[in-house]
Amino acid sequence: MTAKKSKATLILHSGDFDKVYSALIIGNGALSMGMDCSIYFTFWGLERLKKGGLEKGKLSKMNMLGLGKAMMKKLMKKANVAPLEQLLADYKELGGKILACDMTMGVMGITKEQLRDDVINDYCAVGTYIKEAKESEITLFI
Amino acid sequence: MPETIRVDCRGENCPRPLIETRKAINKAKAGDTIEVVGTHPSSKKEIPLAVEGMGLKLLGVSGSDTDWKITIRK
Repeated sequence: MTAKKSKATLILHSGDFDKVYSALIIGNGALSMGMDCSIYFTFWGLERLKKGGLEKGKLSKMNMLGLGKAMMKKLMKKANVAPLEQLLADYKELGGKILACDMTMGVMGITKEQLRDDVINDYCAVGTYIKEAKESEITLFI
Repeated sequence: MPETIRVDCRGENCPRPLIETRKAINKAKAGDTIEVVGTHPSSKKEIPLAVEGMGLKLLGVSGSDTDWKITIRK
């Protein structure tokens, strides 16, 4: 590879089902285009790193007590959109980094044992994000 | 000996054709050819952008928007 590696750094603040999709699709897109990528899971986003929690978010709009989400999942399946677990596995395989916000863990009483330690590269706070974001061509708050 | 790696992402939607192409590029050795077939229209435009971004050689793009083949040299 001759091109210099550029970087995307994303914050996933939302735990909503569709926004987790956005983060993982953009993250995978960045890696696929030859960039490095880090996603910082914080606040409601961190809930999605709990064991068994990745697909648990509600739809950000028209959730309708889960009916809207069920409909959306059906439409996505029909359109052959990969499930979130697949996109997370792809993201990790392509070398994407997952960071967990330890401040959120403290506030919400989430322990390392509750989280998917196998996919988390590091536990950190805002300083690490700022350092990475400064070096990044793309940074998004989702 | 340079090899040809074939990737079939027909029927797959965004962003998996891009992801599968990237995985194949990672696996390939310098000089290998990667041949991707797919049916997702935007990926036909975007895989060449990724190839260019990584400084690899695009050997060819053929077919329609919904049934295409892209050839890449690592």
